[in-house]
Amino acid sequence: MKDLAEAALNAAQVKGAGYADVRLDEHVQQDIIVKNGQLAAVSDDASEGFGVRVLVDGAWGFAGSARLDKHEVEEVVDRAIRIARASARVRTAPVDLGPAVTSRGHYRTPLERDPFSVPLTEKVDLLLRADAAMGAVKGVSIREGSMEFLRQRKVFASTEGAFIEQELYESGAGIEATATSPDEVQNRSYPNSFGRHQGSGGYEYVVAMQLDRHGGRIAEEAVALLTAPQCPSGVKTLILDASQTALQIHESCGHPTELDRVFGTEAAYAGTSFMTPEKLNHLQYGSPQVTITADATTPTGLGTFGWDDEGVPAQQSFLIKEGLFVGYLTSRETASVLGQQSNGTMRADGWNRIPLIRMTNVSLQPGNSSLEQMIAETKDGVYMETNRSWSIDDKRLNFQFGTQLAYEILNGKRGRLVKNATYAGITPEFWNSCDAVAGRNEWSVWGLANCGKGQPPQTAHVAHGAAPARFQHVKVGILK
Amino acid sequence: MKSMETARLTDQAEVKRFIAKLLQASPAAQTEVMVTEWDSALTRFANNGIHQNVAERDVSVRVRVVKDGKTGVASINQMNESAAADVLKRAIAIADLQSKGEVVPMPGPAKSQAVEAWSDATAAATPEERADFVEAICARARHAGLKAFGAFSTGSEQFAIANSLGVYHHHRSTEATINSVVMGEAGSGYADRGAIDVRELNKDEVADEVIDKAQRNQNAQPIEPGTYEVVLEEYAVAEMLEFMSYTGFSALAVEEDRSFMRLGERITGDAITIWDDGLDASGLPAPFDFEGVPKQRVDLIKKGVASGVVYDMMTATQEGRQSTGHGLPAPNTEGPYAVNLFMQPGSAAKPDLVSGIKRGIWVTRFWYVRIVHPKLSIITGMTRDGTFLIENGKVTRPVKDLRFTQSMLEALDGTVAAGKTTKLQIGEFIGASRVPAVHLKAFTFTS
Repeated sequence: MKDLAEAALNAAQVKGAGYADVRLDEHVQQDIIVKNGQLAAVSDDASEGFGVRVLVDGAWGFAGSARLDKHEVEEVVDRAIRIARASARVRTAPVDLGPAVTSRGHYRTPLERDPFSVPLTEKVDLLLRADAAMGAVKGVSIREGSMEFLRQRKVFASTEGAFIEQELYESGAGIEATATSPDEVQNRSYPNSFGRHQGSGGYEYVVAMQLDRHGGRIAEEAVALLTAPQCPSGVKTLILDASQTALQIHESCGHPTELDRVFGTEAAYAGTSFMTPEKLNHLQYGSPQVTITADATTPTGLGTFGWDDEGVPAQQSFLIKEGLFVGYLTSRETASVLGQQSNGTMRADGWNRIPLIRMTNVSLQPGNSSLEQMIAETKDGVYMETNRSWSIDDKRLNFQFGTQLAYEILNGKRGRLVKNATYAGITPEFWNSCDAVAGRNEWSVWGLANCGKGQPPQTAHVAHGAAPARFQHVKVGILK
Repeated sequence: MKSMETARLTDQAEVKRFIAKLLQASPAAQTEVMVTEWDSALTRFANNGIHQNVAERDVSVRVRVVKDGKTGVASINQMNESAAADVLKRAIAIADLQSKGEVVPMPGPAKSQAVEAWSDATAAATPEERADFVEAICARARHAGLKAFGAFSTGSEQFAIANSLGVYHHHRSTEATINSVVMGEAGSGYADRGAIDVRELNKDEVADEVIDKAQRNQNAQPIEPGTYEVVLEEYAVAEMLEFMSYTGFSALAVEEDRSFMRLGERITGDAITIWDDGLDASGLPAPFDFEGVPKQRVDLIKKGVASGVVYDMMTATQEGRQSTGHGLPAPNTEGPYAVNLFMQPGSAAKPDLVSGIKRGIWVTRFWYVRIVHPKLSIITGMTRDGTFLIENGKVTRPVKDLRFTQSMLEALDGTVAAGKTTKLQIGEFIGASRVPAVHLKAFTFTS
């Protein structure tokens, strides 16, 4: 791989690139699905290739190919250079990457048990046990369980002298029970929605979920939801579980602090951001309870690595400090516009894509309350758990979320189970209404492996540390 | 230089030989091989300049084996002898390591109808051509004191599927798309186009639409949420249709009691007729599905009545009928998927859809649509890039974007009129829809 990387960089420089980097990437993924007591799918996918990114006359070009040979390297470099020259014809200001990045080293995800060494039968047995637990509950019509394991070996090298090798592992699993009636489809999933709970690490991450112990509970909840009353409508106190708080952070803080969005480079697709530069260090984004960091070193986070795809080391930075908006997620190019240095968030979802600013592990720091205490202090509210639907506008202000499960809270006590729960709000108003966050012992890291951005589309794997949190005066129960 | 940009796809005969050798080498009782190879490029622009500009060449070789009642699937992105041996070995290993499970049957040979979906011009499009197209839009925006953003892509693909029962199909296609948002200080507009032949994309037409929309959509004022009569442009109608397909048009969704489709019953307005047709050249045609079954036209909603759903091999076998050619790649637990959607146009000229509306809202497009309640077909999302007030039969002024929470079937039940022209909307990941703009009696905006 090192030979191909050097060949690409040499060719790029000879052909006129002022800067070039090359990423070689080998990706292996195993997926297992058990459905209604049967092994429904096992697949084993492998992809490898390389991508060359060049700056010519201050403009970007990129080309990638699955063919790993020196002749193809020459062709791909030619293509990237030609594309960059075409970009330069319709360029705005020349790209400034700021100070050179010369990182060198090796990183491997810490893990106890390589998921690819675990026998398939062991994985399938665990899913079948969880399936049986769900199947023991009368009224469940669809049961599904899945696991996913990823291994990515990648090399990054640049004309500035960076050379990095990384070996990243992810493991994930989840189960879901669905119950239906003539008018309803109700589902409950564990530990999270979106198919799986996923983290960086080995098979131990899956074992710790104890899927088989939770199958019966979620199945009972799915059935009970069919006959539960609708979530009441009104303006109430809202308490979110940690996983829904994580998604709230993702959509309303993670995305709007991506500096490329702020500068308009996603405007025609993912949108822009209300968190524009003049608001930096001025906008009271949330209440003093709200401190949000981006940290690519968080254990088990899907946004954990050694270096980003520009060779910038993994690091922690503040986005929101005690409610004040203090920082962005940045790349070399965008940071230099603000006179800053990249905080290392550029990632591509494979060899055939350019890196974009992506969330790392964007986390709400724990507070000093607890879920129990928050409920006890609430007169008229709703507790919501596990995401069901999510939508937010292109500036990341106007959002509406729905959850699988909800309970009324009346006079400090958990009340009736209610279905089809939704809540809506405007980002700064919502986070400024946050008056309690649970403490460290209820704080956990939630992986999201479905974060879409970019054209051509890319899917990033990111994570959010979160604990249950409480918000006041929130509009709930919007069904139509 | 032009020759370098001619689509670099492997010769079709070579693909066929590769597949034949792989099938011959397989020790499994049944084997399926799917090869997808593509060469694509995309030029992205923002703030009136190109900021990202990429190209890729890749291939996927996907093998499904059925051995002793057990299935294994593996894929690799190389097309050579050692890759073939490796992917086959891995698929067999997966099958060998498991206990007997449900086997999705493979189809036998059947003739598929050839449909033309290839353009040499698209396959040969150069970065310079893409840059010139983009510059034309940026220059117009600059001249108007606005900023243009967007992406222009061109790509070519070949797809072949074969199995040990004698199926072999091959199809090649090209696709060109342009989308653009143009922004002023206080508002934005949108336009997109898609075609098989890049020469059908007219830069002036795109620039006219997006700049006119952006200029009209400045300084939007808020409006009270509530239920309004609406005109939905084709962009919004196509998105609604895609969500209907995702939640309701599959046989598996009906079988699992998740769908809003109550077959044989009237479920929406009698002005609504929707069908899927993978062979219609005015869509984005593909003659067979990802299981190697030739595509059939399926009437989904006929004059408001739920009339059919799409099938793949698994759901068809379970119901003792033929697949309609809507299977997804193995392994698939999501069921079949309708991806070539059409909605019956009406007789109104698009600008006349506002006539008769005393107070309503014109919606250019939706954004971030998600399902709130699948069985009631309720979705939520935002309007974006051009939301206007309609007063006394005329579009009068821009209004701030609104969030809607609305049942799709209820909305379409109140169809007052549909445009007489249709527009092809190419999906982000798969398929396309050809739809008219519509005037609906009631649409609920919640914030």
